[in-house]
Amino acid sequence: MQTHPVIKLTDIQKVYHTGEVDVHAVRGISLEIFPGEFVAIMGSSGSGKSTLMNMIGALDRPSGGRYLLDCIDVSTLDRDALADVRNEKIGFVFQGFNLLSRTTALENVEMPMLYNRQRIHSHEQRERAMHSLELVGLGGRADHHPNQLSGGQQQRVAIARALVNQPSLLLADEPTGNLDSQTSIEIMGVFQKLNDQGITIVMVTHELDVARFTKRMVILRDGKILTDEAVQNRSVAEQELQRLRQEQQAVKLAP
Amino acid sequence: MRIFASLRIAGRALRRNKMRSLLTMLGIIIGVGAVIGAVSLTSGATKQVEDQVSSLGENVITVFSGNFTSGGMRGGWGSAPTLTVEDALAIRALPNVIAISPEVRDRAQVLANGLNWNTQVMGESPDYPQIRNWDMASGTMFSDQEVRSLAKSAVIGKTVVDQLFPNENPVGETIRIRNLPFQVVGVLAAKGFNLFGQDQDDIVVVPYTSHMHRITTRTFVNSIQVQAANDKVIAQVQQEITDLLLTRHHSKEQDFTVRSQLELMQTVTATSRAMGFLLAGVAAVSLVVGGIGIMNIMLVSVTERTREIGIRMAVGARAADILVQFLIEAVTLSAIGGAIGIAGGVGFSTAVAYFKDMPTVTPVAWIIIAFVSSAIIGIISGFYPAWKASKLDPIDALHYE
Repeated sequence: MQTHPVIKLTDIQKVYHTGEVDVHAVRGISLEIFPGEFVAIMGSSGSGKSTLMNMIGALDRPSGGRYLLDCIDVSTLDRDALADVRNEKIGFVFQGFNLLSRTTALENVEMPMLYNRQRIHSHEQRERAMHSLELVGLGGRADHHPNQLSGGQQQRVAIARALVNQPSLLLADEPTGNLDSQTSIEIMGVFQKLNDQGITIVMVTHELDVARFTKRMVILRDGKILTDEAVQNRSVAEQELQRLRQEQQAVKLAP
Repeated sequence: MRIFASLRIAGRALRRNKMRSLLTMLGIIIGVGAVIGAVSLTSGATKQVEDQVSSLGENVITVFSGNFTSGGMRGGWGSAPTLTVEDALAIRALPNVIAISPEVRDRAQVLANGLNWNTQVMGESPDYPQIRNWDMASGTMFSDQEVRSLAKSAVIGKTVVDQLFPNENPVGETIRIRNLPFQVVGVLAAKGFNLFGQDQDDIVVVPYTSHMHRITTRTFVNSIQVQAANDKVIAQVQQEITDLLLTRHHSKEQDFTVRSQLELMQTVTATSRAMGFLLAGVAAVSLVVGGIGIMNIMLVSVTERTREIGIRMAVGARAADILVQFLIEAVTLSAIGGAIGIAGGVGFSTAVAYFKDMPTVTPVAWIIIAFVSSAIIGIISGFYPAWKASKLDPIDALHYE
């Protein structure tokens, strides 16, 4: 590929100093992710995937190595600069949705724009938030509060929020962890659709079923990359959904 | 910093917990309300006293003759025969003296209309109403000509009118003072009770010459009322009068006393200043208590909303954004509390003024002081919780349960 990688990790290390023992959570990971990729980072708990995720998300700095995000060296930035990077370059989707309660879907989606370094006019904020909600198919629920929405809908609002600042990277941490299987497939469908439109997505998960919707699977073990390969027999959300519906139909028809 | 957006976020956060916000504000509301209420009541009372003091007249200096001792019995101020009409006229000639009135006092039985009344009969000069800042309700004051001619003219107070002329206009009527007929030429406007509880309207005023030669036989006056040009020269005029009278009386000992209304005024202002300090103390204590309440709730709020802080940081809020957000929340709480407190205090004092018929004055300065200090309390008490929130680690905050 001719383009620059969105993410370029070079020998990334992370050491936690807890008491007298140093914990090496990540021990030298090198990885390149290019625009338009859809990557699943997998691994059991303790494999270092959450730590890696935090560093990719500019929530944490590596103890060693270099991290280039969109050609910016994130590993040397201070707190405020990291906040700006998160604001402009990264969209987060969390397992627990992490929406603000008693705040409408629209206002939740508008929130990242409040922290933009450039002032965004309030009507432009509205427009962009509405557009974002329409992208995830929730244009009609803009004035609903999170507690009036289903889990899948809440996660869509979170995705809309992640997209609103047009980030270089969509980062999802166990996005289907709190959802039932059908809703999970629907959310993966949203991701696949966004990826088809050219959005780069990195997703952390421990479910193989979910990872099969992505294009590339990186498996970690003990803070190192175990395997890194393209997904064979990739699941397509629409087909999976159709299959699921047929199965449900069959159960209903059975005497 | 996007203050407007922060204000909106703060407003939303406070509305989310209406009851708690209200209870948090209550400390400030009660503190500020109590202070504004108390200030209004005391300012009203102080103003009333000041009005009474100025009702004694403007820039008035009174010269009393000394104390007269006869056979071991001391007669009190004004009893010694030391002040004369000539003294008064000499004082009139001093610079910065704009009016004088030689004063002789006596109690006498006054008759009219078949009614009688024992009252204070004063001999004064025509300048007396001006010195005492006293308007005429009807008729006129007697003139200098009437003083010179020992005229049997009298000006009477409201109480005397009520007692002797219950249902008629006394001007032009005749009253008898110690059986001497005097014609009523004017009625003084009602002045009410003075600071010492005396009825100032229970009075008959006649020319001092008539008093000294017709009603009584005196060559000395009890006191001299002097009006200075303005309040800045009062002390100086007092000194000049003292020097003048010492020279005129050829005496080594001072056989008279010079008093000014300024001294009384100073007592009143000293009292109200002491009251002001007391109120400021109470205000400070109650605002500190209110501030502690706000700090307490803000700390709870920061802990409760750790996850929200984490989300905001994850989507790009800087530490300063979080700090400002919580600071604005605290200031909004205290400023709204202060505003409600001010409204409550003003409302309370207005109600007291209306139902209890007590004068109340709410000084604008105190309203500003109350509002500004409640906002400052908000900043001070909000700073620590806000700082704590801004120092949170985004990862820890996101995973806070």
